[in-house]
Amino acid sequence: MKSLFLSTALLLAAPAAFACEAFTVGDLTIEHAWSKATIGAERPAVFYVEITNGGSTDDALIGITTPTATMPVLHETVVTDGIASMPHAMSIPVPAGEIVALSPGGYHGMLMGLGTALKEGDRFHVTLIFENAGEVTVDVDVLSLRAAGPDCSDAGQ
Amino acid sequence: MLPLPVGDMDWQLTDHRGQPVGPSDWIGRPVMFFFGFTWCPDVCPTTLSDISLWLEELGPDADRLIVALVTVDPDRDTPEVLADYLGNFDPRIIGLTGSAEQVAKAAADLRVKYARVPRDDGDYTMDHTAGVFLFHPDGRFASIIDFHEDRRFAVPKIRRTLS
Repeated sequence: MKSLFLSTALLLAAPAAFACEAFTVGDLTIEHAWSKATIGAERPAVFYVEITNGGSTDDALIGITTPTATMPVLHETVVTDGIASMPHAMSIPVPAGEIVALSPGGYHGMLMGLGTALKEGDRFHVTLIFENAGEVTVDVDVLSLRAAGPDCSDAGQ
Repeated sequence: MLPLPVGDMDWQLTDHRGQPVGPSDWIGRPVMFFFGFTWCPDVCPTTLSDISLWLEELGPDADRLIVALVTVDPDRDTPEVLADYLGNFDPRIIGLTGSAEQVAKAAADLRVKYARVPRDDGDYTMDHTAGVFLFHPDGRFASIIDFHEDRRFAVPKIRRTLS
């Protein structure tokens, strides 16, 4: 069973690339920035990332911008009484000393108004705007539509 | 409220290959279905990725299982769109769509809720029941796998409908 799980994990994992690079701004470290391929340019793309607050001051992610989409918005998937909805997240808390993940099934960026479809292997920039730390631009890897996240095990982390 | 037994359902939908599908096609085989829509960037691909992993873990044991995504957004999810979208996931997953009335009837029989939510920019999104529903081969409702439920719990639930 374990070997089956491992082989599946390897199949789904993308090669270590930009998504495994770490970017810093102030006390924040931003890594594992990734997105999924889209079918056409009409459907919104998704943006996932991991933010570590190594400092002693709380911060918050208050917005994202990208040349890739005209309307990038922060969302949270919420399941209440079995019903999934996707409210707009005005601000995602990044408390001191904690790691906050925008990841499948939770907080995520929704990139609406794509110019072209995103294809596996593409890269684009997203600028994250924090309440205290300011702005930082990261490279985002486009993985397959069914990817569960980047594999950074070979990236020396 | 629990879903009706498959034998008591009375809906008619079209699959992603353009073929008509009804509850009588589901009798005699275990069934796993969920509602979603291809416009959604997070919940639906996450569920489809989860299901693809479960099916891989079950291997050929799951070949008899009917696995269906029923769209709650038939305006945008035509059979062609569903075929395109599902091409990214386990090939055993089928897509079902129909007229707004047909989808509403299927949702009522399956006790699934959904609602169209307008957005500020004139576009819309859909709220919908996020669980994955399981039925025994004789049509009895078996169980629900919650959204993003751990595979350690999900896979045994599916296995219990296969025997």
